[in-house]
Amino acid sequence: MASETIPITVEFTGGLEMLFADQRKHSLSVPAKDERGQAVTVGWLVHYLCVEVMKDPRKEMFVLDGHVRPGILVLINDADWELEGEASYALQARDNILFVSTLHGG
Amino acid sequence: MESASASAQALREQIAATEARLQKLKDELAQVEASDAARYLNGLSLNGGPVTPQNGSAKWPLLNEEYQRYGRQMIVPSIGIQAGQLRLKSSSVLIIGAGGLGCPAAAYIAGAGVGTIGIVDGDTVETSNLHRQILHSTSKVGMRKAESAISYLKSLNPNPTYIAHTEHISPQNAQEIVERYDLVLDCTDNPASRYLISDVCVLLSKPLVSASALRTDGQLIVLNSPPLPPGNEAGGPCYRCVFPKPPPAESVVSCGDGGILGPVVGVMGVLQAVEAIKIIVEGKLAPSPEIQEGLKATPTSMLLFSALSPQPFRSVRLRSRRPGCFACSKDSGLSLEGLQSGSLDYVLFCGLASSANVLTPEERIEAAEYAKIREREHLLLDVREKVQFDICHLDGSINIPFSAFQGGAKAENDGKVPTWLPESLPKEAPIYVVCRLGNDSQVVTRKLKESGLDSGGKRWIGDIRGGLKAWKQQVDENWPEY
Repeated sequence: MASETIPITVEFTGGLEMLFADQRKHSLSVPAKDERGQAVTVGWLVHYLCVEVMKDPRKEMFVLDGHVRPGILVLINDADWELEGEASYALQARDNILFVSTLHGG
Repeated sequence: MESASASAQALREQIAATEARLQKLKDELAQVEASDAARYLNGLSLNGGPVTPQNGSAKWPLLNEEYQRYGRQMIVPSIGIQAGQLRLKSSSVLIIGAGGLGCPAAAYIAGAGVGTIGIVDGDTVETSNLHRQILHSTSKVGMRKAESAISYLKSLNPNPTYIAHTEHISPQNAQEIVERYDLVLDCTDNPASRYLISDVCVLLSKPLVSASALRTDGQLIVLNSPPLPPGNEAGGPCYRCVFPKPPPAESVVSCGDGGILGPVVGVMGVLQAVEAIKIIVEGKLAPSPEIQEGLKATPTSMLLFSALSPQPFRSVRLRSRRPGCFACSKDSGLSLEGLQSGSLDYVLFCGLASSANVLTPEERIEAAEYAKIREREHLLLDVREKVQFDICHLDGSINIPFSAFQGGAKAENDGKVPTWLPESLPKEAPIYVVCRLGNDSQVVTRKLKESGLDSGGKRWIGDIRGGLKAWKQQVDENWPEY
């Protein structure tokens, strides 16, 4: 069932939305399995967003050295992904994945 | 015209002088009132028995004026007097940064009757601050921010003790400043000072209320609360627990570059005051030993504010203290001695923006020189963001924002003629790159030359040194500087 997909919501805030066509909220249908037949994870999603969704050339503002750039928090259903297994968390239908760029102005 | 501007100048001077006199009178009044209060308090401690001073009775722990001033907040059930108002009065709060966050935070902290308030800021007031930094005013442009803020706060509430620290926080002065206070508000505007302030608060066991804002977004987080010693996992996480690695310097945008909506940063400063009052009133400044024993790991949360979102407030759950954290774990590499000796370079840790002097002097032109060759065939490329280009731009210039030149994908276009280059432009006509201050224009110039657009040196490509700021200084004094 290679065509099986799961619906998720991806959101960007703190200026990251500027890298994603100025759109804060993206409703996506992503494949349920990756190319090796494994359930897709948040780590897989980061790569997918970079390749499939992000049109802006500034990839390094989102992913640096293969990891989400320092200064970006990843939240799975409003909880720090470090509480949920980080990149290895397997995506579930209707998950909300929020990417927050830290602000420094004041 | 001349006589009109002369009389306007005379009026301005007269207003400034009168305002200075008014301020002097206010300061004198505040001093008289403060010594009145001191006399009253002395009488209170000397005479334990019932006395009947003019302003009420010594059995009341607050001044008559204070009952009126703080009454509306004292009758809130979660505040009250014993746990609430008296705790506020005996507490001390340090506000680091008297800008868009620090101004509203300080106004509410002072208004609430916190006993001692310190303000740290080494900057002076600028006109571009006034839309959001509400303690400063037009007549205070050029004044030290810490002093300007305190003069406002004194007129708002003369009761607290105010301390101005008219310098930036640094590893060398941080301990001396922070150790005098119970609680710290981080109202600064850059990652280096945020790491420094967090580290000092961990070392000195102070709760830290941190906020930040940019454009239409804000973030708020309470750190090191409860403020338990490094190694105690029950303490609240510190800034390094949440952000172990600093962001690359290129990704850090200041309010000066990215913009800021006044009430957005105002909301965040006000929320910092709310959190500070909560910590004080709930008795969480320094938890008692019993509490320290019984506590489990304390996760924190971050409040996100997005003014343009349909649901502007959102709270997300963050981690507790990070095992192995450089600052607050049992393996901490921090010490007050290390801080003093300068062994930690926070500016270096956070990285320096690399844009200064990318080009050689031959690749740059002064604004005044450029003004002379405007008639010749050339292209002026303005690399500011469109929103800035729309405010003002030089006639004939075309706008390709700096962000369009960033990122690795551009390399694919190397060797091709960019689509924005007018076909009518002769192959050897020079290209001048301009931006606001003359930093981004250097980076773009370098990129254009590396892509081969200079035809191996046949076409001159360079930037205008100092950008449009220099244009205003050297060529057109009526140019709008924003």
